[in-house]
Amino acid sequence: MTDALVTGIVIFTLATFLGVALIQRVPPTLHTPLMSGANAVSGITVVGALVVAGSGHGWISTVLGFLAIVFAMINVAGGYAVTDRMLGMFKKSPAAAPAESGTVRSDGAGRAA
Amino acid sequence: MSDALEQLLYLVAAVLFIVGLRRLGNPATARAGNMVSGLGMLLAIVVTLFDRAILSYTTIAAGILVGSVLGVWMARAVKMTSMPQMVALLNGLGGGASLLVSGAEFLRAELVGEQVPVDTGVTIQLGILIGAVTLTGSLIAYGKLEELITGRPITFRGQQALNALLFLAIVALSVYQLATPDPLLWPFYAVAALSLLIGVLLVLPIGGADMPVVISLLNSYSGIAAAMTGFVIGNSVLIISGALVGSSGIILSQIMSKAMNRSLTNVLFGAFGAQAGSTAKSSAGLAVQSVTPEDAALRLAYARRVIIVPGYGMAVAQSQHQVRELAELIERKGGEVKYAIHPVAGRMPGHMNVLLAEANVPYDRLYDMDEINDQFEEADVALVIGANDVVNPAARSDPSSPIYGMPILNVDKAKSVIVMKRSMASGFAGIENELFYDPKTSMLFGDAKKSLTQLVSEVKSV
Repeated sequence: MTDALVTGIVIFTLATFLGVALIQRVPPTLHTPLMSGANAVSGITVVGALVVAGSGHGWISTVLGFLAIVFAMINVAGGYAVTDRMLGMFKKSPAAAPAESGTVRSDGAGRAA
Repeated sequence: MSDALEQLLYLVAAVLFIVGLRRLGNPATARAGNMVSGLGMLLAIVVTLFDRAILSYTTIAAGILVGSVLGVWMARAVKMTSMPQMVALLNGLGGGASLLVSGAEFLRAELVGEQVPVDTGVTIQLGILIGAVTLTGSLIAYGKLEELITGRPITFRGQQALNALLFLAIVALSVYQLATPDPLLWPFYAVAALSLLIGVLLVLPIGGADMPVVISLLNSYSGIAAAMTGFVIGNSVLIISGALVGSSGIILSQIMSKAMNRSLTNVLFGAFGAQAGSTAKSSAGLAVQSVTPEDAALRLAYARRVIIVPGYGMAVAQSQHQVRELAELIERKGGEVKYAIHPVAGRMPGHMNVLLAEANVPYDRLYDMDEINDQFEEADVALVIGANDVVNPAARSDPSSPIYGMPILNVDKAKSVIVMKRSMASGFAGIENELFYDPKTSMLFGDAKKSLTQLVSEVKSV
């Protein structure tokens, strides 16, 4: 095994435990936005796609890279925007948050991405 | 940009993801958290654009433009009731991107005659396998949720043997690929094709009501696929983010299967609900009492404590706005309304919460099963809207029932129950629900949206 692989495995393992610790605290009411938000993060593959598409290793790489960017960017832009749209709808009771009473839900257009 | 600087900026992006996900855990900070995470993504993309390996920007610009426009359009156009489909589709595309990047990396190395080290070769094969399974598995899940294909499990004889065989073939081909010094392309294509096929076969036998588990799991796969891509291209921000998403999906699928009292293996391979109408208890000789909207409205108007139990039926009828309207009327008449949410109500984790949030129901009125189960005894009316298996007392009392042991909402403990339902058809699990035959239960048949609209106008005139 190369050093890079070992380092990768170390990072992967530690990040997995970190993820478990982070997610266990999330209340069920936020599970859907959590999932779409986490989903947007997995669009990070776009980083790899950009290098593949831009490094000019022949037309196959360019085509695959282009498709990969499109897929990943739908994932990223769609994921963040839809999460933002959902979270914009979550409101507390008017009694607990008087400032928000009577507010009409925004049209929900995503602002992120 | 120097390599060290690039790596450090990627680290900043990873930290932003972590902080963002942490903030997603609290309703008050969640929206800002999502922004923080988005900022991390923007940073990662910008840093990558400065990478020295990138020579041409035309393809990149086109790809980013097309993907972003499509993504934002989908996010704006999607109905809240279709959120499970949307998440399934996004998962699939994430997996697809990982598949393409791993594949392109392999082809590049083969074309330039570069010797791929064994460990990189292994991660490439894993990236292809997991990415492909995520892609086609998610597309099947999407089809089931959108009802393009039946929500019932699709099973055939020898299904699991076939899956095992395909998996072995993938492993064998991968090993052969890695062991031969010659640059062979056909095993690579074969692995990709078989992986796509296995994704389809794995999700086909899983029923619609088990989708909360499947979507969580595919979410996890999309993360692991991204992490594998990180191994392939040697980028730690992909490994970190992928692992974060991977573990979040696994946790959610565990929570979901626990809420159904079934193991993850049983959900994935059990083909639950395959035999429609496998009644544990016969309903012969039992009668249900139906109630008119007028009478139901009267009881709701004079109730002091009402607990609303929404289920997938509310999503199908898109009646969350009418539910909120009814609840507000009851409150205006002096009653107190709470919502009881079962963890697997709907088709994805938190599905009901998002729908009710869309209808402007404050999130602090929504109670988890554990929080509210003791309060049913004091409820004058429990109003069940399109939920079935999650309120079936057989889960507590009938050891022969397929859902025995599943934690349920204690609707049967309420002083009276009104169940809104289309017809007497059994729920997803195909089991009779004795709650419907309970003397204190009244059935309000019909489309939930129509019934609720009637209830609203009746309560108004009380």
